[in-house]
Order: sequence, then structure tokens, then C-alpha cells
Amino acid sequence: MRFNRRKKSEILEGDLTPMIDMTFQLIAFFMIIMNFSKVDRAEEIMLPTSKLAKPPQTVPDYQIILNLNPDGTVKAGGNLNEIDLMRSLLNREVSAAKREGVDVANIAVVIRSHEETPTGQVQKLIAKCQESDLENFVLRVKEDR
Amino acid sequence: MKFLKKDQTEEIKLNMTAMIDIVFQLLVFFIMTFKVTAMEADFNIRMPAASDAPPEEIFEVPPTVIYVNLRAGQEREIAGIDVDDGVNQKSFNDKDMYLRLTDFVESTITTDGDPSDAEEVEVEFTIAEVLKYRYTVQAIEAVSGKVEGDTIKTLVEKIKFRNTLNN
Repeated sequence: MRFNRRKKSEILEGDLTPMIDMTFQLIAFFMIIMNFSKVDRAEEIMLPTSKLAKPPQTVPDYQIILNLNPDGTVKAGGNLNEIDLMRSLLNREVSAAKREGVDVANIAVVIRSHEETPTGQVQKLIAKCQESDLENFVLRVKEDR
Repeated sequence: MKFLKKDQTEEIKLNMTAMIDIVFQLLVFFIMTFKVTAMEADFNIRMPAASDAPPEEIFEVPPTVIYVNLRAGQEREIAGIDVDDGVNQKSFNDKDMYLRLTDFVESTITTDGDPSDAEEVEVEFTIAEVLKYRYTVQAIEAVSGKVEGDTIKTLVEKIKFRNTLNN
């Protein structure tokens, strides 16, 4: 009986170029759409929806983002505060804006309030901001298209 | 002197394994951290604190102010809307109250048929403190404009809240 000799094994090399191209494109895609500004966006806040609200066209010279929870606490700059204790934080922000040469009237106060929050708490927060001479308010909602 | 023959050139092969490993790790990282976030939009409100000083803006014709009162029910839902533009006072209590509010604001703006009057109309809200914020946003939306087919018709851009908390 005759046995075939084992053929000399060859290393099969596939062409990896298209796969690497695709992988790099995927990485580029995810890097571009990745949102690094999560510090100011409290994900637990469920914004009310609106069809008519306009996406921000321009970035304000200076903005203060206030996340208002249903229990009336405010998350701003990574800290959780009661509305009544917001005065010092707001004054600090106003001072920082002034140092950058921004007029107080042009500071945008972005209020990201949970949809279940009592409107009285929103008004209380606005009144607290007004004590620091802030007057330009932005009510942020979720786009419903 | 010895010259290499052309046939003897060797194909240089780079070892891609390490690079592919890193690239896949990066890809996995971005896929795992990827989160779809909804687009956000704004309603702009300019609301300076009330002061005793005379207003900086002097109007030849004072703007028309529509007063809108939002009432809350037992479950902190919207129970009714009262409107007053100085001429007409109405109350809306049915499920189409937001549509009726939009129609009221539109009729006030276009009373004399001049659409440029829209810039001279303000809406001042008085809102029940316990009312859930989403109903307030719906009311703001109702006075801001209306959807007509594929276009959005802007109604009122000047919106204020009457501060009832300090009174």
C-alpha cells in the first residue's frame, strides 16, 4: 500500500488591507461622533419634548448649565446643590464671565429641567439667577422630529 | 564588485499583528462607550429682574401683552388655561386647550392683518407652582408657533414668566 507523503504545508496569507481600512474608518466614525461634553449633561434628567424648539444656532459667549431634578436639587459643574444655596456658585460664574470680558446680560443660563419637576422650582431657580443679575435664560428640551 | 540581480530582490513583509490588535481594542472601546443621545433644542427667554428703575426700552406703541394663566389639577397635570389679551378673556378646559391657545394667540397677532405685529406681542405666563414642567413647555410651544405642513409658523418670541414666588 502506498501512502502519499504529506505535502509541504504552505502558510496562507489573506489580504488584510480592506479589513484594516474598514476598521480605521469605523474608529474614525466613533471618534468623531463621540460626545466628550457629558460633564455638564446629567443623563438622569428626562427633558420634555418639543417640536418647535430650535437647536442652538450659535454658541453663547458664556453659558451656565443648570440641571434641575424633580426634587428641586440642582446639578451644576458636577456639584449637587439646593436652589437656595446656588447664590455663591452663580456669583462665581458671573465673576468668571466678567474676567473673560463677557457682559452679564450675555451670559446664557441653560436650564435643563426634568419633565416632572414642578414649574415652581424652575421659577425659583430663575428668580435665584436674577438675584445675580442674570437675565438671559434658555429652556432646554429634547427635539421631537 | 558584486551587483545584485534584479530577480534576487526580497519582498519586505511587515508584521501587522500588533497593529491590528491595538486597532481592534480601540474599536471595541468606542463601540462599548457609544451612546445615542437625543438632539436638544432651546426656548430662549430674556427675563431681567424687576427693578424700580425706568425701562431702557421705550416703545412708541406699547407691545400687546397676552396674559396666560396655567392651572394645575390634582395630579399636577394641566387643568385649564385662562387667556387675556386686554380685549378678550377666555378659558380653555378641554383636551384641545393647547390648540385653542395657539389659535387665540394667532388671532390676537393677526387682528389687523399685519403679520409684522408678531414682533410686538408678548406673552406673560402665570403658572401654578405644582404644575409639571412638561405642561409648561407645551404651553410655551403653543404660543411660540404652529406647524403648517412642513413649515413652522412663528407666533410669539417674547415670553416671560410672572414671578409669583416673591409676591
